[in-house]
Amino acid sequence: MLATIWFVLWCLLWAVYFVLDGFDLGMGALLPFLARGEGERRVMYNAAGPFWDGNEVWLIAAGGVTFAAFPKTYAVMFSALYLPLLLLLFMLIFRAVSFEFRNKIDNSLWRRFWDLVHFLSNFVAAVLLGVAFANLFKGIPIDQAGVFKGTFFTFLSPYALAGGVFFLFVFMLHGALWLCFKSQDQLQERALAAVCLLWPVVLVLLGAFLVLTSFYTGTFGVYLERPVLFAIPLVAVAGFVGVKAMFTRRKFLMAWLCSAVFIIGVTFFGVVGMFPNMLISSLDPAFSVTVFNGCSSELTLKIMLGVALVMVPIVLLYQFWAYRLFSHKLDADEIASDKHAY
Amino acid sequence: MDAAMLSRLQFAVAVFFHFIFVPLTLGLSLMVAWMETRYVKTGDEVWLKHTKFWGKLFLINFALGVVTGISLEFQFGTNWSRYSEFVGDIFGSLLAIEATVAFFLESTFIAVWHFGWKKIGKKLHCLCAWLVFFAGNISALWIIIANGFMQHPAGYVLRNGRAELESFRDVVANPYALGIFSHVIITAWMLAGFFVLGISAWHMLKETHREFFRRTFRMAAPFTLVAALLVALTGDIHGKNVSAYQPAKLAAMEGHWETAKPAPFYLLVVPNEAKEENSIEAIGIPGLLSFLSFGDFSAEVKGLKDFPKQDRPPVAPVFWSFRAMVAFGMLFIFMAFWATWQRKQEVPDQRLMKLLPWMIPLPYLSIALGWAVAEIGRQPWIVYKLMRTSDAVSPVPAEHVAITLTGFVCVYALLGLLDILLLIKYARKGPEEA
Repeated sequence: MLATIWFVLWCLLWAVYFVLDGFDLGMGALLPFLARGEGERRVMYNAAGPFWDGNEVWLIAAGGVTFAAFPKTYAVMFSALYLPLLLLLFMLIFRAVSFEFRNKIDNSLWRRFWDLVHFLSNFVAAVLLGVAFANLFKGIPIDQAGVFKGTFFTFLSPYALAGGVFFLFVFMLHGALWLCFKSQDQLQERALAAVCLLWPVVLVLLGAFLVLTSFYTGTFGVYLERPVLFAIPLVAVAGFVGVKAMFTRRKFLMAWLCSAVFIIGVTFFGVVGMFPNMLISSLDPAFSVTVFNGCSSELTLKIMLGVALVMVPIVLLYQFWAYRLFSHKLDADEIASDKHAY
Repeated sequence: MDAAMLSRLQFAVAVFFHFIFVPLTLGLSLMVAWMETRYVKTGDEVWLKHTKFWGKLFLINFALGVVTGISLEFQFGTNWSRYSEFVGDIFGSLLAIEATVAFFLESTFIAVWHFGWKKIGKKLHCLCAWLVFFAGNISALWIIIANGFMQHPAGYVLRNGRAELESFRDVVANPYALGIFSHVIITAWMLAGFFVLGISAWHMLKETHREFFRRTFRMAAPFTLVAALLVALTGDIHGKNVSAYQPAKLAAMEGHWETAKPAPFYLLVVPNEAKEENSIEAIGIPGLLSFLSFGDFSAEVKGLKDFPKQDRPPVAPVFWSFRAMVAFGMLFIFMAFWATWQRKQEVPDQRLMKLLPWMIPLPYLSIALGWAVAEIGRQPWIVYKLMRTSDAVSPVPAEHVAITLTGFVCVYALLGLLDILLLIKYARKGPEEA
């Protein structure tokens, strides 16, 4: 029971991470397509400015919880996905320093270099997250001892690549919605045009990904066994429809929140579809790491549950406060005169 | 090289690089919070300019601390999966608690502090600075408690082929961890003290913003002196932990081969590992090693030869790192004392002012040496007496580790260089108009 609660919390942590870091990854991947001129580029950086660091901690928390609650899953997952995960790590490092370094030297070549780094790192990180999760849904070749038996190219199956493209576009839509909310004038109109373009693309990709999921994974089997779980994809679809309904009425914050619901729904749909597996072996189902054979001792799970039940609401509360504090529309001239801005 | 050695090198690169940025974060956050408090209390705009000047350096330094920290959490899983599976029940939960209790707090409020100058009131802004300081230092506490478990496992039981939690209290109240923590934190504060002293002295010598930097010089000098003295004191206290819990490490630190009662301390020692003796051993002080290790001039100190060869740490790196660290520690006390002595002079001793900027790298170096003693001295164990480092490594191909190790070295060298150049640029630039 405790282990199952932790499985749900684990899923929730990833979902919150995707919602929060998803929009700044998506905005970074859109940087060269939306911003014209230095002023607009700085608006895009500063739209994520006060948030990206706190957002990334959700990844650390998700990783930490995997380690704490499911040590075997953590061990097998991280060592099996060795190269993709370290590549993701390097991308996150470059993403972070592109924020910090870009405006520290007043030279246009320097800035353009970091713009390129910013775009590439966000773009690749978004794709890699999708590739990694699609591989989890599909299963990877691990043996009885949890040793990975594939190569780097094992991860680049058509389904995994589809997952990468899907995540990238979902995050770009999410980021464009955030930019609609935070920007004004021409940049906002361009962000809205991007949303209008991205929404149908995501719709098509969503359909394609669901078809591929039914073909490549056992996800739907889990849902057919417990039909009540179909509520999860329904919530996701409702969120996605809500996005369209809201952005056409120019209610951008609401549209972004609908997109957040969509992302939470999609994450739960995929992760719950693995239950009780956390790491599916494509060699033999008996080798899979499950919630029950990979979890920590009851004492650790209890203590960690206590910590999470107290701390996570507090964290959400002050992060919500910080988001409200910086929820104003950004103005290029104001940023230009602000010595503290990125 | 095999995957184990490459993984050790990779972790060493990542952790030493990470710890270039962490100590300044821990110490400078305290000083910036204090400066801002002075501003809020007195309304003196000069303190506000100080807060912003040192705060900018703090932020440039902070960025790399964050990103290099994530790589460590990843590497436990990617490179040390057998270790992770073995200790995850305890070690993993400490990391998870660190993230939820401390790291969220630090990274959220650093952003509010950075971007919130016009958004929130003075007092709330100052509170953010204190929250960043507390969160950062509490974060260090949890990480060091986790390291303490590797050094001196406590509160666990071996069950299901792994170390499972038995008493959370014993894990957290591990005396070994608290010994390292106090020593590391105070050293980090001292490092920040020398950082502020060095930059202030540089500007005072250049006659640029002389009055402005006299203020931080006067403030930092006694702070640094107290910290430098406490570094020695906490080091001595922690040394006794090492004697009690890791006698092989102590013997390697001292180049002590034969068990002796009482054991003398030699000022001049050159250990020879192959011959299991010291090539040079001179100026002995009777019973001093016994006293330093156990607080008793007649206590028995175990020698390296009493440990089976396969259970001994490599002697040379541990011995030399320890000696150099202690020598630096004495230099720090001397320099901090000199600076405190001179702090109220209208024109402080020029030799001191010329030396202080060059002092800035030395605490960094001595911290790295201290960690080398702690981590190499624990070998061949990854978890002391429970798991060998060679048994802990992931089943990943050595070539993959070689690729990522090369990546770490290149990327970190580039970013480290850029970050240090930016720090120098902004340190030399001096304060901006508030």
